[in-house]
Amino acid sequence: MFRLEPRASAPLLWQVATPVLAVLATMIGGGALFAAMGFDPLAAIRTIFWDPLFGPAAAYSRPQLLVKAGPLILIACGLALGFRAGIWNIGAEGQYIIGAICGTAVALAAYPLDAFWIFPAMILAGALGGWAWGMVPALLRNWFGASEILVSLMLVYVAQKVAAWMAFGPMKNPKGFNFPGSRNLQQYDAAANPELIAGSGLHWGGVAAVLALAATWFVMSRHVLGFHIRTAGAAPRAARFAGVRPERLVALCLGVSGALAGLAGLFEVAGPAGQITESFGSGYGFTAIIVAFLGRLHPLGILLAGLLMALTYIGGELAQMMLNLPAATVQVFQGMLLFFLLGFDILTRYRIRRRA
Amino acid sequence: MMIDPLSVFILLLGAATPILFAALGELVVERAGVLNLGVEGMMIGGALAGFSAAHASGSPALGFLAAAVAGAALSMIFAVLTQFLLSNQVATGLALTLFGLGLTAMFGKPYEGVKAPPMPAGPLQLNLMIWLGLALVPAVWWFLMRSRPGLILRAVGENHDAAHALGYPVRALRIAAIGFGGALAGMGGAYISIATVLQWTEGMTAGAGWIALAIVVFAQWNPWGVLAGAWLFGGVTVLQLRLQAAGVAVPVQLLSMAPYLATILVLVLISARQKFGRSGGAAAPGSLGRPFHALR
Repeated sequence: MFRLEPRASAPLLWQVATPVLAVLATMIGGGALFAAMGFDPLAAIRTIFWDPLFGPAAAYSRPQLLVKAGPLILIACGLALGFRAGIWNIGAEGQYIIGAICGTAVALAAYPLDAFWIFPAMILAGALGGWAWGMVPALLRNWFGASEILVSLMLVYVAQKVAAWMAFGPMKNPKGFNFPGSRNLQQYDAAANPELIAGSGLHWGGVAAVLALAATWFVMSRHVLGFHIRTAGAAPRAARFAGVRPERLVALCLGVSGALAGLAGLFEVAGPAGQITESFGSGYGFTAIIVAFLGRLHPLGILLAGLLMALTYIGGELAQMMLNLPAATVQVFQGMLLFFLLGFDILTRYRIRRRA
Repeated sequence: MMIDPLSVFILLLGAATPILFAALGELVVERAGVLNLGVEGMMIGGALAGFSAAHASGSPALGFLAAAVAGAALSMIFAVLTQFLLSNQVATGLALTLFGLGLTAMFGKPYEGVKAPPMPAGPLQLNLMIWLGLALVPAVWWFLMRSRPGLILRAVGENHDAAHALGYPVRALRIAAIGFGGALAGMGGAYISIATVLQWTEGMTAGAGWIALAIVVFAQWNPWGVLAGAWLFGGVTVLQLRLQAAGVAVPVQLLSMAPYLATILVLVLISARQKFGRSGGAAAPGSLGRPFHALR
């Protein structure tokens, strides 16, 4: 038999190898699932992972990579800070929705004014909205000790109801033939978040994602705050002796990740989505959790993981069109990936020894 | 608007039942020192498995049985990852929820728009699942507080190193508890699809699993507290639906926030009582959420 021996520190080799192993295992597991459902597994895997980049329709699907990866990376950067410190913001989806609503509110209030400050003001409102929605679980944890996991998650459902209310009520497009949904911001130049380089898929959200990656790297590895976050996550008691104030860390991590999720929502509503609808939240906030873990909470990893997750979204849509695969395939894939990742992680934390 | 207290109470019992099942199951899991955040995923898995089995066989009873098996099967993924591969319980539970939601969305498509077979009425106009839920409260209480296996289970949850040193099978007990929690979560989910909504829709549990998790905290890990929490939740749900039906001048979307806001409120109240209260109240099991790794 085998026994597990805890490692003093996680070797870099395994830290890098486990996400790769997890992706490969997911492809095999996913292929088995497709085969069981009566699809050709190789064709399905190729359609999801290869065709969006190099297939016949790649010219259309490649720009989508940045469109989808942008919000995922932006949200995952914020989540990574908290997860490192053992602060679990799993309500990014709600912060994303509220950020989008707040930004849209600014745009709709200014409509039809054409002024340079409208888009920057929307960005500010989006970040503030997400920040405020993230501060609710932070303050409830700091003041009363309420679990930030459950509070932030409950607020996702509340945010979805707010979005539905907005789409049917206060934000309903007066020229929308009584259909629910706000005005389309893509048709309002001062508020629109257009593609910056034609055919690239890059919009301001992608720029913000790159800035967030750089900022995360700087904070985590070059700033005392990153040291505090890592210490608080690894050894909460030791962190207190090192002068870390847990309440401030909770407020900071939940606030920052909320603000980043809010920004992601704002860029989405002003760009690809265009309007607030009942179903505005599309699950980016939850997928970003997987991105953060798959990227090992490291900026470089988050970048790669975000691109990979974006690829599965696009590939999933393609497989739906080409092979008639169910739309939820991607969700199953993502869940499976997280399972394999968590399972393989044992290799980074323990040494497997033969029992003497 | 006429409100007949008895009919409201009957509605309340029905609305509380899914949460009661799921929360009682999670209570046993947490008492064994394991935090399984995958309740929502196991509930939705049970909702689909139960609905499809009930639809195929025409028997709601077989549906609930299938739901229990499906919930337990999903929980075993969590059990293997956290008990053998020592993965982080928060992340693994979250993965189970995401996986369950995806899997059911994938396999549930053929059942959309199909009607469930009718639930037979039990004594006093209440179906048998409501009675079973009510009977489970004292049963779980008796098991945890009065039986020897229950005592060992609590010992494992309070201090797994000490329990291990005494020779108790920490891992086996935890796996059993996780399976029990999964089965109850599955049945709770099936109650929503078979007995409440009477059809299958994607994501139909709508956060009930998360509310169940909050109710375990609210109950301070006590089965009677779970009953109180589930009734409170059921009451808020029924009230909210009544107000919608009565055409109150508040948008439907705002009224339907009530269960989630109420959950946050009770969570805050109970946490505040634990933090500031003189009596303190019961704390979480000592080993809750910590991975157990026996070095010898």
